[in-house]
Amino acid sequence: MTKPKLVIVGNGMAPGRMLEFLFDNSPDTFDVTIFNAEPRVNYNRLMLSPVLSGEKCYDDIITHGNDWYAQHNVTLHKGAKVSMIDRAAKTVTSENGLTAAYDKLVVATGSNPFIIPLPGKELDGVLTYRDLEDVEKMLDAAQRGGRAVVIGGGLLGLEAAAGLKMQGMDVTLLHLMPTLMERQLDPAAGHLLAEEFKRRGIDVLLKANSHEILDDGTGRVGAVRLDDGTKITANIVVMAVGIRPATTLAQATGLEVNRGIVVGDDMRTSDPDIFALGECVEHRGTCYGLVAPLYDMAEVLADNLAGGHSAYTGSITATKLKVTGVDLYSAGDFAEGDDREEIVLRDAAAGVYKRLVLKEDRIVGAVLYGETADGPWFFDLLKKRADVSEMRDTLIFGQAYQGGAPLDPTAAVAALPDDAEICGCNGVCKGKITKTITEKGLTSLDGVRAHTKASASCGTCTGLVEQLMQLTLGDAYNPAAVQPMCGCTQLGHDDVRRLIKSKGLKTIPDVMQQLEWSSSGGCAKCRPALNYYLVSDWPDEYADDYQSRFINERAHANIQKDGTYSVVPRMWGGMTSSTELRAIADVVDKFEIPAVKVTGGQRIDMLGIRKEDLPAVWADLGKAGFVSGHAYAKGLRTVKTCVGTNWCRFGTQDSTGLGVRIEKFMWGSWTPAKVKMAVSGCPRNCAEATCKDVGVVCVDGGFEIHFAGAAGLDIKGTEVLGLVKTEDEALEHIVAVVQMYREQGHYLERIYKWARRIGYDEVRRQIVDDAGRRAAYFDRFVFSQKFAQVDPWSERVSGKDKHEFNPLAIVSAEAAE
Amino acid sequence: MNAENRNWVAVGALDDIPRQGARVVKTLAGCIAVFRTADDEVYALDDRCPHKGGPLSQGIVHGASVTCPLHNWVFDLATGLARGADEGSVAVTAAKVEGGQVLLAADDLARAARP
Repeated sequence: MTKPKLVIVGNGMAPGRMLEFLFDNSPDTFDVTIFNAEPRVNYNRLMLSPVLSGEKCYDDIITHGNDWYAQHNVTLHKGAKVSMIDRAAKTVTSENGLTAAYDKLVVATGSNPFIIPLPGKELDGVLTYRDLEDVEKMLDAAQRGGRAVVIGGGLLGLEAAAGLKMQGMDVTLLHLMPTLMERQLDPAAGHLLAEEFKRRGIDVLLKANSHEILDDGTGRVGAVRLDDGTKITANIVVMAVGIRPATTLAQATGLEVNRGIVVGDDMRTSDPDIFALGECVEHRGTCYGLVAPLYDMAEVLADNLAGGHSAYTGSITATKLKVTGVDLYSAGDFAEGDDREEIVLRDAAAGVYKRLVLKEDRIVGAVLYGETADGPWFFDLLKKRADVSEMRDTLIFGQAYQGGAPLDPTAAVAALPDDAEICGCNGVCKGKITKTITEKGLTSLDGVRAHTKASASCGTCTGLVEQLMQLTLGDAYNPAAVQPMCGCTQLGHDDVRRLIKSKGLKTIPDVMQQLEWSSSGGCAKCRPALNYYLVSDWPDEYADDYQSRFINERAHANIQKDGTYSVVPRMWGGMTSSTELRAIADVVDKFEIPAVKVTGGQRIDMLGIRKEDLPAVWADLGKAGFVSGHAYAKGLRTVKTCVGTNWCRFGTQDSTGLGVRIEKFMWGSWTPAKVKMAVSGCPRNCAEATCKDVGVVCVDGGFEIHFAGAAGLDIKGTEVLGLVKTEDEALEHIVAVVQMYREQGHYLERIYKWARRIGYDEVRRQIVDDAGRRAAYFDRFVFSQKFAQVDPWSERVSGKDKHEFNPLAIVSAEAAE
Repeated sequence: MNAENRNWVAVGALDDIPRQGARVVKTLAGCIAVFRTADDEVYALDDRCPHKGGPLSQGIVHGASVTCPLHNWVFDLATGLARGADEGSVAVTAAKVEGGQVLLAADDLARAARP
């Protein structure tokens, strides 16, 4: 039997969420086809501001990637704008000629930015702030510098202004009203906000009525003139004054439309087979532009499509401003009135302002500035219409001050009821989070985000979610609170890595300057980390800073307790020969090397060599064909092998050959911490591949690839990455997983810790399931090897860094007298 | 002794020491580590950490400090005192740069030479 056909017009956050509900609760109900006017998959529009400010990139904000659509058998037409709905024939047709028949149709066309009808609005350089194209245009303009004029002092305008300022532009913010965000903030909070923006170097002009946009003579924006005659030079103008429901298609189709597409509580339009949701709809006279109501609608619609009888009854909304360093929360209605009382708390020194508006002993509005942790609690009381007369005297101090002594934050969260909303963006309540943690055995923040979506959008409730994890898991939860990299910065490793990429930072002094390091030259913790991140991220451009490397990587040997060094030449896959062994024996004799040892990685260690002898030792080893074994490096160490089909009666594949091939391909690469590998020729696993960073166990049908093992400080068996048929595939998978680790790992974090942090399934998803990503990782590794695969020993035998190995001077007793 | 009247020994050119790096000067009694900071200040300390004898010349130089390569003790290059929670110090040899040459104070070197 064929399934009924569900067609969705629009691929924004609302329909994305609706499909998640539908697939979760009623999988396989419909054949789903989506028409998306934008040429891409679904991303989180809430996160455009962090993309604009450079704190995130596009990949970070994708909510549904190509594989999600594939997994759920959804046909997604990208770049296909629907131009016609034929209600009689029950089909939709796109501008590029695609037609699809529907049994149920969902219209989710969203909204359009409102363009102020000013003279000059059509000039080049007049932008809106709505989708990724807009952000890209703004980033492009920011590259060229100059001044941006942002029109609109609401959420979007403020976020655009802050982002453009962070990108280095001069910014003027124009707002028609006397205070910023007047729909969400009272004048006092609006004033604090304006002061904060001025402190950031943004010119804020209030009561500023734009009159026209002036041509610079070439068809581009040159300036903005206000009604009072003021002229402000501008290289770009961003209009962020609001949105209008996109109803053109619905109107042409003959659906009932007022300001938006009119829907009932069941989300049905005036045609019983056509539903609508999101910013394009009007429900009980209200159009919504925030995400939480859209998600409420999504849940109702998903249920009704699956045959349920849910009703949407409207939403009360809360707002948060997503500008880093500005904490602002507002909810409900805070106009003054005779029947209303207010409670205000001001702490000028701390920059805190809180105001609650009460009506008949119930909270009807809340504005928090500077300190917003209690926002969700106030919002919860507001939505429940809870009687607050009992705690009125201490209410403004927040939840921690109710009922006697201040509670610790975890206790405050513990006191929240199960239906208290934790994540406003995704409408996730406390009970859902705690239940999912227990049911799925989640132990990481990423896991909770993946399963519940809580804190997965704007992220401001991360602290609350972590407290819930603490509460639910007790000591089993190790709070992933961001550990600063070192004492020189507040930023954690992830933030630093992301900002290096997004801000294009390419030297250590540049990183320290742009990311506001608190020390002048860093420390022995952050400098090697930064050096690695820059080597890894800009292989062709960054000039390796040897002075930021630990001595072993500067001297290319391992420092020992007495200040001498040990030297380990590479023995590919652990194979050697009489010639090599003879050369080693000769070197040991010639330089009177006191100790020789076989290592656990199947090679030979010479210990106790004086530093000044190192180049001569390497010269002799080099003549026998040896190169550095990097036994000292945060990089690829050894690939241990067994003899495989060459000799072993149990061998299933040429494990030695594969090991040698991997080692020859990957030697010289720098990694966050050391990487040790092994290839075993059969499941008896003589090369002990299942406790390595990356291991291969050969089987009759191919190669089982393992990762994330440990046999040091911790003992841990590997996880299986996947089974592949050929050596080529094995190499591609191994290289890709190492490159993913190179790009994401924290400095000194071994693979097993990195993989545990981001989730084994995430690694499998990117490396095994997504061939495109795997190939991209592989290609980036190959590119970086062009600059990394140089034998450091032969370079130094040829004279590089000579100063490293010789004394500056030898002072005789006479000179010193 | 008045610093002006001290005898100084030239040990090499400033440019022979990498910025944020160090070189070793060998004396009869032991090694002196000569450090050059990012802003071309020069300092000299005994090349021996008081903790386990690690060669400070091999450490990472940051600001006017060095971190010992063996166990990460950090020393102030100007005073020779350990920083942070660790307690200890290394002897300082007066150092200066004149005309691109690094000079060490002869009497400090002599003291180093006569333990």
